[in-house]
Amino acid sequence: MSQLSQRPEHPVVGEVHPHESAVGHVTGSALYTDDLDRRMVGVLHAYPVQSTQAHAKILNLDLGGAYRVPGVVRVITATDIPGVNDQGAKHDEPLLPVDEVMFYGQAVAWVLGEDLEAAKAGAAAVEVDYEPLDSLITLQDAIAAQSFHGIQPLIDKGDSQAALRDAAHVFDGEFEFSGQEHFYLETQNSLALVDESGQMMIHSSTQHPTETQDIVSHILGIPAHRITVQVLRMGGAFGGKEMQSHGYAAVAALGALLTGRPVRVRLDRTVDITMTGKRHGFHASWKAGFDDDGKILALEATLTADGGSSLDLSEPVLTRAMCHIDNAYWIPDIRVRGRVAKCHKTSQTAFRGFGGPQGMLVLENILGLVAPQLGLDARELRRRNFYVQGQDTPYYQPVRHPERLEAVWQQLLDGAEIERREAEIARFNEDHEHAKRALALTPVKFGISFNLTAFNQAGALVLVYKDGSVLVNHGGTEMGQGLHTKMLQVAATTLGVALDTIRLAPTRTDKVPNTSATAASSSSDLNGGAVKDACEQIRDRLAQVAAVKLGVPSHEIRFSRGTVSTLGGRESISWKDLVQAAYFQRVQLSAAGFYRTEGLHWDVGLMRGSPFKYFAYGAAASEVEVSRFDGSYTLRQVDVVHDVGDSLSPLIDLGQIEGGFVQGAGWLTLEDLRWDTSDRPTRGRLATQGASTYKIPSLSEMPEVFKVSLLDKAHEEGAIYGSKAVGEPPLMLAFSVREALRQAIAGFARPGTSVELASPATPEAVFWAIQAARETSKLVSQRSS
Amino acid sequence: MTAKTTPDSQCLITVNGTVREFTGPTHTNALDFLRGEGLTSCKEGCAEGECGACSILVARPDGDATRWTAMNACLLPAAALDGQEVVTAEGLGDRTDLHPVQQQLAERGGSQCGYCTPGFVCSMAAEYYRPERAAPTGTLPDVEDTGEQHCGPNGFDLHALSGNLCRCTGYRPIRDAAFALGTPAVDDALAARRDQPAPTVATTDLSRPGTPTGQLGRYRRPGTLEEALRILAEEPEVLPLAGGTDWGVEVNIKGARARSLLAIDRLDELRQLDVTDTHIEIGAACTLSELERGLQGRIPLLGKLFGQFASRLIRNSATIGGNLGTGSPIGDTPPALLALDAELVLSSASRQRVVPLADYFTGYRQTVRLPGELITAIRIPLPLGELTSFQKISKRRFDDISSVAIGYALTVEDGIITKARIGLGGVAATPLRATATEMMLEGRVWEPETIRAAARVMGEEGTPMDDHRASADYRRAMLASSLERFFAEQLQETNLLKGEGT
Repeated sequence: MSQLSQRPEHPVVGEVHPHESAVGHVTGSALYTDDLDRRMVGVLHAYPVQSTQAHAKILNLDLGGAYRVPGVVRVITATDIPGVNDQGAKHDEPLLPVDEVMFYGQAVAWVLGEDLEAAKAGAAAVEVDYEPLDSLITLQDAIAAQSFHGIQPLIDKGDSQAALRDAAHVFDGEFEFSGQEHFYLETQNSLALVDESGQMMIHSSTQHPTETQDIVSHILGIPAHRITVQVLRMGGAFGGKEMQSHGYAAVAALGALLTGRPVRVRLDRTVDITMTGKRHGFHASWKAGFDDDGKILALEATLTADGGSSLDLSEPVLTRAMCHIDNAYWIPDIRVRGRVAKCHKTSQTAFRGFGGPQGMLVLENILGLVAPQLGLDARELRRRNFYVQGQDTPYYQPVRHPERLEAVWQQLLDGAEIERREAEIARFNEDHEHAKRALALTPVKFGISFNLTAFNQAGALVLVYKDGSVLVNHGGTEMGQGLHTKMLQVAATTLGVALDTIRLAPTRTDKVPNTSATAASSSSDLNGGAVKDACEQIRDRLAQVAAVKLGVPSHEIRFSRGTVSTLGGRESISWKDLVQAAYFQRVQLSAAGFYRTEGLHWDVGLMRGSPFKYFAYGAAASEVEVSRFDGSYTLRQVDVVHDVGDSLSPLIDLGQIEGGFVQGAGWLTLEDLRWDTSDRPTRGRLATQGASTYKIPSLSEMPEVFKVSLLDKAHEEGAIYGSKAVGEPPLMLAFSVREALRQAIAGFARPGTSVELASPATPEAVFWAIQAARETSKLVSQRSS
Repeated sequence: MTAKTTPDSQCLITVNGTVREFTGPTHTNALDFLRGEGLTSCKEGCAEGECGACSILVARPDGDATRWTAMNACLLPAAALDGQEVVTAEGLGDRTDLHPVQQQLAERGGSQCGYCTPGFVCSMAAEYYRPERAAPTGTLPDVEDTGEQHCGPNGFDLHALSGNLCRCTGYRPIRDAAFALGTPAVDDALAARRDQPAPTVATTDLSRPGTPTGQLGRYRRPGTLEEALRILAEEPEVLPLAGGTDWGVEVNIKGARARSLLAIDRLDELRQLDVTDTHIEIGAACTLSELERGLQGRIPLLGKLFGQFASRLIRNSATIGGNLGTGSPIGDTPPALLALDAELVLSSASRQRVVPLADYFTGYRQTVRLPGELITAIRIPLPLGELTSFQKISKRRFDDISSVAIGYALTVEDGIITKARIGLGGVAATPLRATATEMMLEGRVWEPETIRAAARVMGEEGTPMDDHRASADYRRAMLASSLERFFAEQLQETNLLKGEGT
């Protein structure tokens, strides 16, 4: 066991604790950014003027009408920006457009009013003259027009061409699938003011306060040390507040700078959904070769991400998609090309999984499609292709612990009584003409760490006060995922104090600087390492003091649950007394902690290296029932086995697994982004722009039976207290729902039929798949040797 | 503008036991009012009654007692709460004294980001206090169930949470928290409050500056139907407002502002339910939830509809008359009411007339209702057709708008279909009856061959369109497959009955 992964006796990590803010949540006393403006006086409210064109030149912007509305204080346009007009990091996304709008709904100007009603009326009174330009809305249109931006990476390992030439079975096809709206319940919002010390104080709902600080810095043209960003907590984020939140914070800060008053920017749902980026939809063209046993021999694919109007995080999303096209399967010869399409829609961004789900979906779709052609059960086809020891990924990283795939799979087969239930399902399908059931299993292997090595660092600041109470600051943000709960447990474990001795402060850039985004599932790994480092520094100093007091060498001092004792516990002193004694001995009671993940390297040019510290594994079994009449379906049962290492906080991890699964199922089955692709004046407008038209899962989509278990014997050497990241990987367990639907649809066709299924697999999509399945089995293409 | 000094111009609302005065513009919704009062547990997630993050408890009448009723604060005008009692998550419990609902949710991991949580707390508390919940089974027919089990061992009906969205948890811990609830303690003040009458309905007349340009907005709640009809006759620009679940969306999302609103949802005359030998007459201002309870399963087709109509939160506000008053082609009651041969009673200050629902809709959101007229009642003639079904085609089962909705009421005597009524929604600019299909069924033998022949006609009914909910082809396909599904359903029901008989 490494020092990082080793747990002391009686650790607080591993215990079941509810979310640290649970009591605040249920009583409504937990505050969010938008609860703060009523604590201030003179707050101005902002509302955007949104583009009514998908792509156009701005000929004239007439603000006169807005200023005639009583209560309108200021209208902000591009000319008001003192620094660099860019809300991203790629210089392709102006905070406010100078002369060209790039998507329907883009903010052209912001109106500040004494209240929201005035700001809205002011925004409606701004007149914009446009000269419409040609626009590309669909991914197909962008590909046809060869409209791409950013890098075009290539993974090329072995000789895929030769392998495909020699393969016994070769299939090819195309697959396009939808993106996903984050639909965090709390929309984007920020509140900025020039505070009593003259600095720009920004409260923001963001996953990446340091980047907010950076972007506000270049937009305002002031150094970072004059800007502080605080994140209390977020009402959900899911990647949607990793990059997309910065512009709104910048508008608030710019407004505060221009008016000298606090400025609140809160997007209502319609504005949020029409302005902010979403999960990338992808197009894939592919060709795959198999041998007679169903082993994958080679894969060639071109992945095109629907990037929208600017790059945002599209390049790293694409990179992760390409690095996950293998999912859990060994592909000896592989060639994958990646592109980002540029079109006139919102700028698509990070979303839980960050491209991983899209890459994996491509291969899972292939396996689901070709299994009947290979004469194999899809479950068996998947298992035969699992990685084994000694194999490496398409980007040459050795796959560590591949045996866990087999272990997860077996634990699932046994625990969920798969074979018994498959027999039951077969009987049900015999007896039922109008409804069919199916059960599908899919695995997940997900790489943990930021692909870009530099991001894999974190800081913490731990303060012990004279009364023994402890304040922990770290660079991660809380969006509901339970990071703060885990950090409290890590600090309590390392310092050997009770959980209630510690308070966790809101995330602030003036406490811990230069942080990475709370993203890539890695925040517990990174911030946990930093918190542990800071706590260890303090603990080691205190151990010296205790050693003298208790008369033993300092390495024989143990800290546990508020008591500091010698080995065997013969002599002891309370934590509180020890802290006080240390103070009087002039021992420093605070420490800055730092952590960086060792052993990572990545060459983005070659798409080669070892970008991931480890892989998280899991598998799910989903059982569905599908109705022939309308394509509607129910999710009857879901069983999950997931590898979280030695869990830091089991209730939190369970919540991440279940919540990720349902969110993934929403993406794959229900959530249906529709854009106006017509030539009407509303071309490019998002048609599903609210909760009434964009449906996320409700209680009615929850599996009737939902059982989650954690993989046994799962200690992870390379991570904090033996744990593993859990934020993103479970989302991809939901492939099992899609594959179960495919198999249930096949129940309406003659055996051996390959079922094409759209994504999302809405009832309508399932209905048409059933219609097609009933007619005939359609092969994409097949060649047998 | 100087405010009038009559008592009517003051709007006092009891929130968590404290009287607070609402002084904002009349378009202000209860959500913004409560947040303005510092009660930030009430959250805006969507502002269109879909997410439930703003769910609050309102004391509503239940006979001589009070029922804690969960509603979307975003769709409820603050002025509608004049003289009423409201409880928010803050009022249910605090850090040192959690309410049982809060306790269960907190302990079981029912919150992650916590933003939707206070809304879940309120919706769950309403169900916790539902008087029938703990009663022995059988006292209340499970009229809204569409054949699926939604109740926990403690009687908790998950439909209570159908209007609340959570993006984090996947719902399992929320369900478990709901099913773990016991019964209220003997000293539970909110439980005891149920035994007292609900607050009386205040008459209200507020005139307030509304928009930034200073235009006045007026909100009136008259005391009698007569007065309401008089106002409508004299001031044709007045907008009558019942549950307001449609209007609230217009206000919040589309920025609609009415100069003058007339609240009619609490008028006694519109809230009666009469059963005679020849018909059932439903007061137009009965909410869907009140009807669910009041009808006690007497109209099985409506029983099949209720559970599929929006969410519990919406059904607690929305009225049956309002669902017809909007004239929407995708309302869920018209297809069912058309199949029931319903008639509308339209009243004005000068006259009353009865119009068959089939003649009521004239175009997209157009009806025969004249300015100055109100829908006062819906009449459903007896006897009812025996074979009924409500088929709602939508992406999501809870709280979605239908792409196609079909209501069936058939009478079969000695194997012959003697009467067929089929109501359709979502396939034309108005709800309509599938008259050609009905003709293909009436007088024929109730058998697969008849169904197959009629299904071909059914597939040609209406003029379906493409939109973001569904394609025109899918809508046509749903019409075409509907009869076969109906036949299969009836066969299954018959088999179940037979099964029980032996």
